[in-house]
Amino acid sequence: MTLTNTMSLNPFSETRARPDITLNMDRTIGGTDTTASTPRPIGGAEIKNPKIEVKGLNFYYGKFQALHDIQIQIPERQVTAFIGPSGCGKSTLLRAFNRIYDLYPGQRASGEILLDGRNILERDEDINKLRAKVGMVFQKPTPFPMSIYDNIAFGVRLYERLSRRDMDERIEWALKKAALWDEVKDILKQSGKALSGGQQQRLCIARTIAVKPEVVLLDEPASALDPISTLKIEELISELKDSYTIAIVTHNMQQAARVSDYTAFMYLGKMIEFNDTQTLFVNPESKQTEDYITGRFG
Amino acid sequence: MDIYTRRKAINFFNLSVAAGTTLFGLFFLAWLLWVLFQQGFSHFDWNLLTLDTPGPGDEIGGLRNAIVGSLMLTGVGVLIGAPIGLLAGTYLAEFGRYAWLSHPVRFINDVLLSAPSIVIGVFVYEIMVIPMGGFSGWSGAVALSIIVIPVVVRTTEDMMRLIPDSMREAAAALGAPQWKVVTSVILKAARSGVMTGILLAIARIAGETAPLLFTALNNQFFTLNMDEPMGNLPVMIFNFAMGPYDNWHDLAWAGSLLITLTVLTLNILTRFLLRPKK
Amino acid sequence: MNSSDHILNALPGAADHAPQALGDRFFHAISWFAAVAVLFVLGAIIVMLYLGAQPAFEKFGFFQFLTTSEWNPVTEMFGGLSPLVGTLVSSAIAILIGLPVSFGIALFITEMAPPWLKRPVGTAIELLAAIPSIIYGMWGLFVFAPFFADHIQPLLTDTLGNLPLIGNLFQGPPLGISVFTAGIILAIMIIPFISSVMRDVFETVPTELRESAFGIGSTTWEVVWHVVLPLTKVGVMGGIMLGLGRALGETMAVTFVIGNAHELHAALFEPGNSIASTIANEFTEADGEVYTASLIALGLILFIITFIILALAKVMLLRMAARQEGHQA
Repeated sequence: MTLTNTMSLNPFSETRARPDITLNMDRTIGGTDTTASTPRPIGGAEIKNPKIEVKGLNFYYGKFQALHDIQIQIPERQVTAFIGPSGCGKSTLLRAFNRIYDLYPGQRASGEILLDGRNILERDEDINKLRAKVGMVFQKPTPFPMSIYDNIAFGVRLYERLSRRDMDERIEWALKKAALWDEVKDILKQSGKALSGGQQQRLCIARTIAVKPEVVLLDEPASALDPISTLKIEELISELKDSYTIAIVTHNMQQAARVSDYTAFMYLGKMIEFNDTQTLFVNPESKQTEDYITGRFG
Repeated sequence: MDIYTRRKAINFFNLSVAAGTTLFGLFFLAWLLWVLFQQGFSHFDWNLLTLDTPGPGDEIGGLRNAIVGSLMLTGVGVLIGAPIGLLAGTYLAEFGRYAWLSHPVRFINDVLLSAPSIVIGVFVYEIMVIPMGGFSGWSGAVALSIIVIPVVVRTTEDMMRLIPDSMREAAAALGAPQWKVVTSVILKAARSGVMTGILLAIARIAGETAPLLFTALNNQFFTLNMDEPMGNLPVMIFNFAMGPYDNWHDLAWAGSLLITLTVLTLNILTRFLLRPKK
Repeated sequence: MNSSDHILNALPGAADHAPQALGDRFFHAISWFAAVAVLFVLGAIIVMLYLGAQPAFEKFGFFQFLTTSEWNPVTEMFGGLSPLVGTLVSSAIAILIGLPVSFGIALFITEMAPPWLKRPVGTAIELLAAIPSIIYGMWGLFVFAPFFADHIQPLLTDTLGNLPLIGNLFQGPPLGISVFTAGIILAIMIIPFISSVMRDVFETVPTELRESAFGIGSTTWEVVWHVVLPLTKVGVMGGIMLGLGRALGETMAVTFVIGNAHELHAALFEPGNSIASTIANEFTEADGEVYTASLIALGLILFIITFIILALAKVMLLRMAARQEGHQA
């Protein structure tokens, strides 16, 4: 219907398909301020030399405030998971780390996000360079309309001039790191769309790693995948943390418990608790955290 | 008759009428195509491609100059109009998506899409034919390009908007600047749709007569020179159909069939290209 | 590093890394120019038409030009009433015939046709729009007009022509070349446009609404008439305006069968002319400034009329779409 719509004789057709906006996942339908906002999340974790430090971050979708005075420190080369019920703001927070929200007018942030001590919310921040440093893998695998080879080369070519041989090596390296090399090494010229869902997601991960970022953001990377692919992705995350700082948003608590070193619990746009994963799940300090983990809500 | 039976009767009647109108529409389509094919094919022969259009009283002739002229005018028209349309469509879908300018542009574009093409002919006459001192293939091509532009703008924007934002975000997340996202990723993804839009524009101008009536005019003789009036199928058909000679009428039918075959083929091709895949 | 409000740019890469920013600025600029070109073309058309029509308006005055029907190249007296009336009448006939047919087709395709029939029938109807105007002209002149003159027109003249009052409309020589024939052919040409819009807007009616109407035992017709149509009223109006706009501007099909006579008749079966057909027929032979300017003046009038109609159509269809999004939000 949508395609024939466009080519239909109705030049004024306004009923054609709209592109999907993936942003609305974390919007709540209003939220009342029931808890007093705390300057620091509860939790005893003390992070020395955090890779990312967030201070007083507020985020707005138009008039709606989605994040309230967020304070958190993300440790380097560890996996930090963000959990919380739908609409708590975890994806919004993640998307602030690489300023991907900049693509949309009406979305803005105030406060500070320090990456290696430098505030990335500054106006003169080189956003494209930032995104090369802070990579992101999205919920829905989005292979580009090119060959597998070019998918990965795309990001690399943005910032480096590599010879053919160096590029081949880089691509092999990235695919190996994403545990995809063996499956695709003979079909590199084929379109990225020819892969299965799980493979496409690993392709996206390879694509992100190929540019050698320092931080990798994962926004519900396995929620669209089958259990076997999910397992593979989780194994991947454990390996990747040796080289990269990882922040993962997940609605699957068990996954957070399996995969992460530190966990942050968010609720209604506020950071409630942040601690090492073991402590947060076994011995949460906040009642809200406990309620969520034990399934009393969310 | 009780209420229920009455309602059923009304329903039956109206639905029958609806089916009838559909048959009515399809009937005219069939009639038109039937006549066209019958008349056109019966006057198809190789002369069409080898001889030029006959003058008054000439016994035999063909359509060579008109066919070549139409090809050239259509080709140049698309070459001028499609890039402009592509760029404007890209503006509406990407660079200017949130700009206030996109609203009036989109509105005006859609109005121009259905605007009377004869007025465009008059317009180009004023801005090109008069200053140039005569009719020419160039002015005809420009008139056609003005018709091409709104079609390509519309289809380009629609096709690019079909690409989900997640693809844009994925490219931006790698650090790609917007222009790279648009050219290397989005345009590539929308490639077949955009091409289809251009094919549709070609189909549209292939049969347009009015804009050529006083720009390219017509030319009885063969020419490749676009500074002169240029032969073309539509105006030829117009002149010959109104003329007194039978062989002129025959050629008009043959030319009509040629145009229709081209247009239908292009339309079917675009539907084929846009079919839902897998 | 002070905490402060940062309102950030909407465009990525807008304020940074030199070559990238250059690329963004370049593409933004050329696409912007192309978009502005669209507006520019419209403006240029209106300006040039107005300028070209000036000699005629100066000589005759705008309102007088619109209301006189005398058209005499020899004495250089030109009045646009006949083409104007012909345009309006033929388009009115086109809508009168085309609207119910389009509605029936849209009804058939959306509500009645089994799934396997929907696409072929829809495609076939849309092919009517792909066929160029001049083909309709050829068919109209050589096939339809004679047929109409021999078989249909006598019937109409004998039956409707004898009715009081409106009988005067259905008079005229059995040539088949007339305003009425032009109206019929225009109707066929605009059917695909109106029915396509109708189909689109009919399909935007939420299934739940239709299902609940069927659920209480409504017949198909009742659902369409009492649920679908009221909901899509605005869109349907837009579709009709679109068809009207197309009909008003149609040139070649009309030129072939309308007769090209600068005469005003009440009878529909008499030859007449339309603005487009007049320009098409006479422009290349017009000599003298006033003659040409009069034709351009006609073009300006036509452009303004169609522009208004098409703009209205667009407004209505936008409103329809906004309402639909309101439902979905």
